[in-house]
Amino acid sequence: MNIMKISHPALLHHASCTSLYKKPFVESFEETPLLVAVLTYMGYGILTIFGYLRDFLRDWKFEKCHLAREREEQKDFVPLYQDFENFYTRNLYMRIRDNWNRPICSVPGAKMDLLERVTPDYNWTFEHTGNVLKDVINMGSYNYLGFAENTGTCADAASECTVKYGVGVSSTRQEIGNLDKHEELEILVARFLGVESSMAFGMGFATNSMNIPALTGKGCLILSDELNHASLVLGARLSGSTIRVFKHNNMQSLEKLLRDAIVHGQPRTHRPWKKILILVEGIYSMEGSIVRLPEVIALKKKYKAYLYLDEAHSIGALGPRGRGVVDYFGLDPSDVDIMMGTFTKSFGAAGGYIGGKKELIDYLRLHSHSTVYATSMSPPIIQQIITSMKCIMGEDGSTLGQERLCQLSENTTYFRRRLHEMGFIIYGNNDSPVVPLMLYMPAKIGAFGREMLKRNIGTVVVGFPATPIIESRARFCVSAAHTREMLDKALNAISEVGDLLQLKYSRKNRHGNEGSDSFSFLESHQD
Amino acid sequence: MKHAHAQSRDSVKMAAGQQWVLVEMVQAFYEAPAYHLILEGILILWIIRLLFSKTYKLQERSDLTEKEKEELIEEWQPEPLVPPVSKDHPSLNYDVVTGPPSHKIIVNGKECINFASFNFLGLLDSERVKLKALLSLKKYGVGTCGPRGFYGTFDVHLELEERLAKFMRTEEAIIYSYGFATIASAIPAYSKRGDIIFVDEAACFSIQKGLQASRSFVKHFKHNDMEDLERLLKEQEIEDQKNPRKARVIRRFIVVEGLYINTADICPLPDLVKLKYKYKVRIFLEESMSFGVLGEHGRGVTEHFGVNIDDIDLISANMENALASIGGFCCGRSFVIDHQRLSGQGYCFSASLPPMLASAAIEALNIMEEDPGIFRVLQDKCKHVHKALQGTPGLKVVGEPLAPALHLQLENSTGSRTNDLKLLRAIVDYSMDRQIALTLARYLEKEERFLPPPSIRVVVTVEQTQEEIERAAQCIREAAVKILK
Repeated sequence: MNIMKISHPALLHHASCTSLYKKPFVESFEETPLLVAVLTYMGYGILTIFGYLRDFLRDWKFEKCHLAREREEQKDFVPLYQDFENFYTRNLYMRIRDNWNRPICSVPGAKMDLLERVTPDYNWTFEHTGNVLKDVINMGSYNYLGFAENTGTCADAASECTVKYGVGVSSTRQEIGNLDKHEELEILVARFLGVESSMAFGMGFATNSMNIPALTGKGCLILSDELNHASLVLGARLSGSTIRVFKHNNMQSLEKLLRDAIVHGQPRTHRPWKKILILVEGIYSMEGSIVRLPEVIALKKKYKAYLYLDEAHSIGALGPRGRGVVDYFGLDPSDVDIMMGTFTKSFGAAGGYIGGKKELIDYLRLHSHSTVYATSMSPPIIQQIITSMKCIMGEDGSTLGQERLCQLSENTTYFRRRLHEMGFIIYGNNDSPVVPLMLYMPAKIGAFGREMLKRNIGTVVVGFPATPIIESRARFCVSAAHTREMLDKALNAISEVGDLLQLKYSRKNRHGNEGSDSFSFLESHQD
Repeated sequence: MKHAHAQSRDSVKMAAGQQWVLVEMVQAFYEAPAYHLILEGILILWIIRLLFSKTYKLQERSDLTEKEKEELIEEWQPEPLVPPVSKDHPSLNYDVVTGPPSHKIIVNGKECINFASFNFLGLLDSERVKLKALLSLKKYGVGTCGPRGFYGTFDVHLELEERLAKFMRTEEAIIYSYGFATIASAIPAYSKRGDIIFVDEAACFSIQKGLQASRSFVKHFKHNDMEDLERLLKEQEIEDQKNPRKARVIRRFIVVEGLYINTADICPLPDLVKLKYKYKVRIFLEESMSFGVLGEHGRGVTEHFGVNIDDIDLISANMENALASIGGFCCGRSFVIDHQRLSGQGYCFSASLPPMLASAAIEALNIMEEDPGIFRVLQDKCKHVHKALQGTPGLKVVGEPLAPALHLQLENSTGSRTNDLKLLRAIVDYSMDRQIALTLARYLEKEERFLPPPSIRVVVTVEQTQEEIERAAQCIREAAVKILK
């Protein structure tokens, strides 16, 4: 790549970016309509006032208090929780709590069975009636390639493995918990990703929080995206490095930070930074946006930084061969220094991995917290990953993997297009299987979840604090296991509920001029 | 000029609303000393200059030209991402276990008797547990594909939580999908910046990570030394009296382990409870090694000492030792545990435990409840192993007779940790050649706060027979004599 020395950073962005993308990169984050924003703030204001009123009534015993209380013997201890910390939980979250933690009693596949819950006291306690809501369409589980199944080759292989190996391991990798299955898995993952070597861990969250501290320390700089996952933030914090945040997916912001960091060095002492690590994710699960990987790699090469790519949602879900966001952009995996991902989403198992050069993985084998102190992965889980990965790669002799990849891509395009046509505000990239649908108002969060469940569709709604306060949303995860009929049924229900709750906020031209819209290059934030 | 000056003053004064007669004005003008006029003139010119100059940015250290910046960027060389690792680093090549890690384990191709996995109750090989896990697999598949909040809560999770709470006789329990993450997520959920935590020096690494994530003040007291802890608590009391308003909002916690993994001894729980009520501190108890081991029914160190379980604010344990599954749990009163459902990072932001592992844990609990006699058997075996290993030349046994995981440390260290490790590794290799599987206790040397001395881990399980224990002790003695002469 011939990078010229250009004085103004914006020019670098303009000049080389158009040649870095092999296909159109279309993302949209439509602006919140002003009226909706005003009404949302008003809604929160009214809820806060009512919250204070209810707290007052509870304090003065006019209303029965359902909250658990401290022990009598410990009443004079310093209180464990501050009242205001839990204000939001007590007064807003409790009202719509039935939309979360819904228990299921079947495979979390395209259709699932939910346990019916009723609440006699407005969500403070729940009782199970014993009824089961059958065949609820699952738009909430991260089942992108449909490997969450209890029949088929994966389940059979995992069963055999359970019989042979058992379920637990009871030791760490460095001690006596390193099974031959672990080594088999690591070789396979390295081959799947196209890297030299890889390492697997028992929990995706812990993969980040235990390995980032092993890679950076004091005197290093971490540049982290605004909307990074809690595990990345925790790992960066535990490492002790300086953390600077750049605007979400904004390459100018990242470049400015890189330049400032190298030119000015560490704060106050101005010593040069030992190393700079850029933390980005493949698909951001709350926004549905895909990282601008070609530009990030160009920047990383220019400024000699290291790149840590967290592909929790994008591995298996993006790319013509399912190898993640690197495959999607057609780039070289060796350009990404540390490729991290999880097995929970597309492979239907649990755990995480890190892939990269052999020196990196050897170092992690010695210094990662997980290999020394945490129990290694359970054998049937490993077998599930091995079988599903071989299926995606086509090595099991069938074309099932390739079919599922195509099906996912078709489903994503269809689903997004139909929702867009209906007039909802959808965030994110056109190719991402994570589809956030904006709700904005707090009452609509609860209403949407409940109305969709009445129509036998299980959806996920998210509000504050996972999202900014006025941007609450419903998030759909499209799966390869969804058939066209299921998607149509879901779409009809969404449209009905959208009309009922007046959710069709979009003011973009939805019929006719689709063609000119979707092929505009690098449509970025419309702030 | 003077006329113009006078006129401007004239108009200014008129604009201010004062009615000055022109004559008087000119008179005042003439009477004013020269320096006064010059000063006013300079002042006016200065104001005009300030009004038109650029704003001064405090942060701008733009004393570098663009060219200099480019040069700096060009010159900067980062360290390599990871420092090079030598090929013959002793821990680089793991021991490979072929097949299940059961009582007869095949390590590096040799079949050995397992004295290294934390399989205290022998449930790794249990056919009942495997069967239940299989049934669960046939019903639910393998993974849960989501965190607990988003359709990742299965009925088996709810059942396991109820069963654990019932077993431990507490109000509520919460499950995590990774043992390490349990206490490391629980501590930061309650203790924030500004709070104070008193922790034992020998606390395990996951506790240390939890403390680091919480950003609280951490005060270490000497291992199992209640006087040292009381001294720290008294000091804190004196601090509190200086600033009572602040003291009323600072939370205090003591974090201890029931059975310490690093030193294999038991914490003095009754004394801790006394200190708790005297100084108003909450206790968090980490029971990974003592759950399913101590106590008449295996309920851990609270049952062992006969302490009321409500006196302990939070008990955390992992299900990877006695329960032979994966994951961890916290139990206690609902008032305490329910908070973690929204603020435990490892709970909210991570996928839930695969249902087959939860079913395996439930079945293991069933086995524990049906046959409380195994705890007695385990405790007897622990005492037996402890006695058998006494008197090994050159090695000392670290740990209480009741501890199921003992440490064998060198009596006389060679002076360097690397050499000590080499000697101990030689003993382990010797034992493995004679079909006794042992392992070195592993630590991250640079990260541990109080690094324990190098040691060999010897684990007792109910499946080991008398004869196997004797054989193992004999083997270790031979190894010590041969290698440590």
